[in-house]
Amino acid sequence: MINKIAGSVAEALAGVADGATVMVGGFGTAGIPNELIDGLIEQGARDLTLVNNNAGNGEAGLAALLRAGRVRKVICSFPRQADSHVFDSLYRSGEVELELVPQGNLAERIRAAGAGIGAFFCPTAYGTELSRGKETREINGRHYVLEYPIHADLALIKAERGDRWGNLTYRKAARNFGPVMAMAARKTVASVHEIVELGALDPEHIVTPGIFVKQVVLVERKATQAGGVRA
Amino acid sequence: MTAYRRRSADELARRVAADIHDGAIVNLGIGQPTRVANHIPAGREVILQSENGILGVGPAPAPGLEDYDLINAGKQPVSMLPGGAFFHHADSFAMMRGGHIDICVLGAFQVSATGDLANWSTGEPGAIPAVGGAMDLATGARQTWVMMDLLTKQGASKIVERCTYPLTGVGCVKRVYTDLATLACTPQGLQLVDLAEGLDLAELQGLIGLPIQA
Repeated sequence: MINKIAGSVAEALAGVADGATVMVGGFGTAGIPNELIDGLIEQGARDLTLVNNNAGNGEAGLAALLRAGRVRKVICSFPRQADSHVFDSLYRSGEVELELVPQGNLAERIRAAGAGIGAFFCPTAYGTELSRGKETREINGRHYVLEYPIHADLALIKAERGDRWGNLTYRKAARNFGPVMAMAARKTVASVHEIVELGALDPEHIVTPGIFVKQVVLVERKATQAGGVRA
Repeated sequence: MTAYRRRSADELARRVAADIHDGAIVNLGIGQPTRVANHIPAGREVILQSENGILGVGPAPAPGLEDYDLINAGKQPVSMLPGGAFFHHADSFAMMRGGHIDICVLGAFQVSATGDLANWSTGEPGAIPAVGGAMDLATGARQTWVMMDLLTKQGASKIVERCTYPLTGVGCVKRVYTDLATLACTPQGLQLVDLAEGLDLAELQGLIGLPIQA
């Protein structure tokens, strides 16, 4: 029998190795798997490469993971926010490395990893600092930059409903990076607010098929809070 | 010097909105461009895209009705129009990069006469860089428009011959809407579209310091 439902966050996150690359879903206030991030802090893996759109806000979640000195490198598109002070000070003191990636390249590089693409040519960032040193090619009169996939050992994502095969649905803009990160990691753990019987999710409405998910863990629904201060 | 009147923020937003055609799919950047949504002329159906996976973005919800799973790229709570859709990030940026977005409206630090855009970094030493979706939008949208004040607080033109700030995209800006004039950026340089009340071309040219084709 296939049963991807984990009994607890700790069980779902057992065995994360030091040096792992960890993708974490979320954009602004929506889709941040807070309980899984807390679980990763508790689990203790260090020297992590963190892939997220941002680099933590306030004191909790990714900011707490950063403050605990567990992150070696951040790959993201928008680290600087009004309340990203934890990342800011670690970056300025050279304790955390940053790879800044245009957001579309971030999403597509993650998707490419999940889809088995070796690399792809893309027009974004051509002629800018962010393509410096990268291979370029002119195709049909347009300039493109070669971009490589971003693979991960672990993806932590927040979904709405899941079943024991790992099929997932999401809620509103909380979907954001979840579906592509789920594809790109060797192990994907999804938190859900509801676990349903197999067959209860309409196959027409499943957004992430269970093939991309290793563990599903139930977390209590709390209202998503205000935050994610504007850039 | 003639007495001219700057367009207010709402007048500028209205000026931009007037050029958005019926049926357009539009992405509005963070900050000033967001205001354009309030000025779409009656009778025009425009679909707003938000980079975090929403088509059919509606107005801000009434206080107390915010849903923080339903926010825009600026992380402000929004609502959803009937017909709207959610999608993941790779699809969202495929919409931009695949040329499916008709118009994006962005703010800028500088725009060159030929349409180079600088809007993500001032390149100051020690500043923490952040780019978000700016490069994807600027390069991918079918038309990229910039909306900004023409002059810095120090009175320098933000329309320049060559950007001195780090570039967001090369030759990507088609139009610049400012408080003093609307200009088209072309491979041959600037073209005048319109002027603020009381301003003439010679004076605008003096402010910008570059040739402008009437």
